[in-house]
Amino acid sequence: MEIKKAAMAGTLESSDAQVTVEPGENGIDLSIESSVIHQFGRQIRATVLETLNRLQVTDAKVTVVDKGALDCTLKARVECAVYRSNGITENLPWGGVIK
Amino acid sequence: MINAVGREIPEEILKITGKEGYQGAKAKDNFEFTRGAARIRAMVDPTRSKVVDSIHDVLVKCGMRDGMTISFHHHFREGDYVVNMVMEEIHRMGFKDISICATSLGKAHDPIVPMIEDGTVTSIRSSGVRGKIGQAISTGKLKNLAVMCSHGGRVRAIESGEVHIDIAFIGAPSADEYGNLKANGGKSNCGVLSYAMADAQYADKVVAVTDTLVPFPNVPASISMTNVDYVVVVDEIGNPAKIATGAAKPTTDMRKLRMADYCTQFVINTPYFKDGFSYQTGVGGASIASTISLAEEMEKRGIRMGFGVGGLTTPMCSLLERDLVGVLVDTQDFDLGAVESIQKHPDRHIEISASEYANPFNKGAYVNKLDFVILAALEVDVNFNCNVVVGSDGVITGAQGGHPDTAAGAKCTIVIAPLLQGRIPAVCTSVTTVTTPGETVDVLITDYGIAINPRRQDLIDCMKGTKLPICTIEELRDMAYSIVGEPDPVQFGDRVVGIIEGRDGTVMDVVREIKPYEFRD
Amino acid sequence: MSHPNKKRLRRSMMFLNCQKPGLIKDPYIYKPDSIMLDLEDAVAENQKDAARYSLYHALQEIDYRGVERVVRINGLDTPHWREDIRVCVAGGADTIRIAKTESARDVHIVEEHVLAAEREFGRPEGSTLLMAALESCRGVLHALEVCESSDRLIGIALSGGDYTKDLQTVITGTGVELQGARQQMIIAARAAGVQCWDTVFTNLDAMDVFEEEVKMIKMMGFDGKSLVNPRQIDIVHKIFTPSQKEIIFAEKVVREIDEKKSLGIGVFTVDGKMIDIAFYDGAKRTIDLAKASGVYEGDL
Repeated sequence: MEIKKAAMAGTLESSDAQVTVEPGENGIDLSIESSVIHQFGRQIRATVLETLNRLQVTDAKVTVVDKGALDCTLKARVECAVYRSNGITENLPWGGVIK
Repeated sequence: MINAVGREIPEEILKITGKEGYQGAKAKDNFEFTRGAARIRAMVDPTRSKVVDSIHDVLVKCGMRDGMTISFHHHFREGDYVVNMVMEEIHRMGFKDISICATSLGKAHDPIVPMIEDGTVTSIRSSGVRGKIGQAISTGKLKNLAVMCSHGGRVRAIESGEVHIDIAFIGAPSADEYGNLKANGGKSNCGVLSYAMADAQYADKVVAVTDTLVPFPNVPASISMTNVDYVVVVDEIGNPAKIATGAAKPTTDMRKLRMADYCTQFVINTPYFKDGFSYQTGVGGASIASTISLAEEMEKRGIRMGFGVGGLTTPMCSLLERDLVGVLVDTQDFDLGAVESIQKHPDRHIEISASEYANPFNKGAYVNKLDFVILAALEVDVNFNCNVVVGSDGVITGAQGGHPDTAAGAKCTIVIAPLLQGRIPAVCTSVTTVTTPGETVDVLITDYGIAINPRRQDLIDCMKGTKLPICTIEELRDMAYSIVGEPDPVQFGDRVVGIIEGRDGTVMDVVREIKPYEFRD
Repeated sequence: MSHPNKKRLRRSMMFLNCQKPGLIKDPYIYKPDSIMLDLEDAVAENQKDAARYSLYHALQEIDYRGVERVVRINGLDTPHWREDIRVCVAGGADTIRIAKTESARDVHIVEEHVLAAEREFGRPEGSTLLMAALESCRGVLHALEVCESSDRLIGIALSGGDYTKDLQTVITGTGVELQGARQQMIIAARAAGVQCWDTVFTNLDAMDVFEEEVKMIKMMGFDGKSLVNPRQIDIVHKIFTPSQKEIIFAEKVVREIDEKKSLGIGVFTVDGKMIDIAFYDGAKRTIDLAKASGVYEGDL
């Protein structure tokens, strides 16, 4: 999917993550800030990249401010931001590229 | 060497500190030594005054010079003004290479950081550090090793002469002009001066800092004039609102209430829960809630506590009001209720010294007589080792306090911790830093279940037939990891910036410098 | 053949805001019978989409350890409910709570979309259960037709806030304003053989009043209550715990009926009380409650 406009999802509350996607060129420019970076930085990055890959987002600037979110929340926030950037809220591919 | 909790202690650290690695909780039983001593200057002339006008003048009179060790207590907690006041003057006068030997340091002492950076302060010994000083130590700004010691371990170091204090600065809520100091009777009352007592006896020079000068004699004194050289009167020694806060509202967090309920159920199902039992607990929401629910069970069953030890809060003091405890022995007051209680019940709410409380190297301390202690922890590993000092980001962010002392002493040591703090699991394969050895920890209570140390088959047997959710600590860890994933270890640098000193003076663990997180592919 | 979980124990049904990751990650710790993951009132209008992604992954990835996963979807008068149904079914929610149900037709509409979603996402047809929240005078008056509207329907729940507004009164704390609805609904539910739940109690500073209310609704016949805070769960469970006397009697009834049935005897006495087959379900329910409450030590 293309990132058509900047979009954001999530909050800065504990156990949540705020994900911002912006149009980009030349691949994924991912920045991660996390309150649990030492223990979970590697896993956060892997989850975010996997999710973007599943959504076929190839070019984007992605910013994650993580407050100890579980993987399921990270995925949800990334997906929400990406679909918001495309203005899509209905007939989503649950169980397809969202999984 | 690899010490008895399996930690690699670099030989170089043992050499620098002259210490041994930790060898076990009772390895130093029967250890013999000669106590250290203070150098005293006699006060023969009755016309001489002890009152000094300023911190500056007292530093001059004490012969302050580079390289000295000075000490402070933390009874004023985050409301303390004394440390900064003294350190700012020392800084202004240009002294260097100072060692601070504090009972604890907090966020209130953030202004010390520039003095660490410019070499005014080069050594710190403290129960722990919070706030920016912790950051400074963990980022390698302190020249020498920081030593994190337990409350009992600190007194041991002083009494045994391992640490010699040149000047002790003792913030005193009230004082007379001859140096009789009380923890009450002033503007910044803190209930007790327990942690300052060893300093008063073993420092060469003892300086009282007060904002309330009262007529002689200020008795009964926590610290006697016989140990005090000078009395400095300043405008304010602390912020009363931050010293003794109002009693915390009992928690309504169901998770904490559930853990508190598990704790109470555990306690009453042990053989130690009988008339005359002894008990100490912390200030966390679950600890306080468990004290409240335990009191109900005591009332219901007609069981009375023999003595309670603190770190005290209002709920513990209310046991005294309800005549559910014989006596409270007190080393620190965390709220106004506790400060008021010790003044109201001088016969049954007793101030004790830190040495009486927890020193492993005297002839017997209160912790050795404890049946139960209820503690918290940042991390607990599958060997029941606890970490209460280093945060999940690798930064020094907490204090040993009496954790290792009470754990070592009590017959039943219970740690309460929610299994997950955000994404950080409280139970892990190996703690970042060992502060309290697992051999002294008997039970871990989490919101997901309760694990009993396999060394305590007796306690495991006691809980058979109860409805408590008993499981193994490995099961708790696996539950945590299945929810949050397995955490990676913190990426530390090589340099050792501090040691976790065992209460017997051995090295429990080392703390390394942190470095910025790097993604590794 | 009705769904095996249709009549499961539902004493405590706790609402959780789907938009709050911290709330939905491990509510099973509190051991409610059901959680109700809310896409409706708790979720801000501009976060309806975000809540669905969180819901989907929570349903798919969090092990709720046997706690029933109900999802409250947005009302049929909103633009959200269709996608809500899709995500519930795709994620594998156990039950969908229909907000603002007014009639059997409302249930039929949801049922139709649920069936379509079950086909779309390859879920067994009929696997998704429904419950209906009655939130208006009309809805309450139509309680019986709602209860009888669908095989999937497990029961009806009173939603007191909106209902009292419709009634032109407020929640008074006395319960007087809810009397009619409570009676009407429990009678309808029992007539139709489905379950019935009472409305939420939101004043967390009045736990004693809450306790009285739970005692009352249990006496009225309700199966349980919608809850807003984990602190309320243990209180409900305690009140719904059968006494040892009730358990022993229920055991005898079950054993006697099982035995007498094979002998072809229809009516007999247990502890001096006349007993027939009509007592069987009630006795079974008592045993189930005793088991769930952790006080049953028998072998039935």
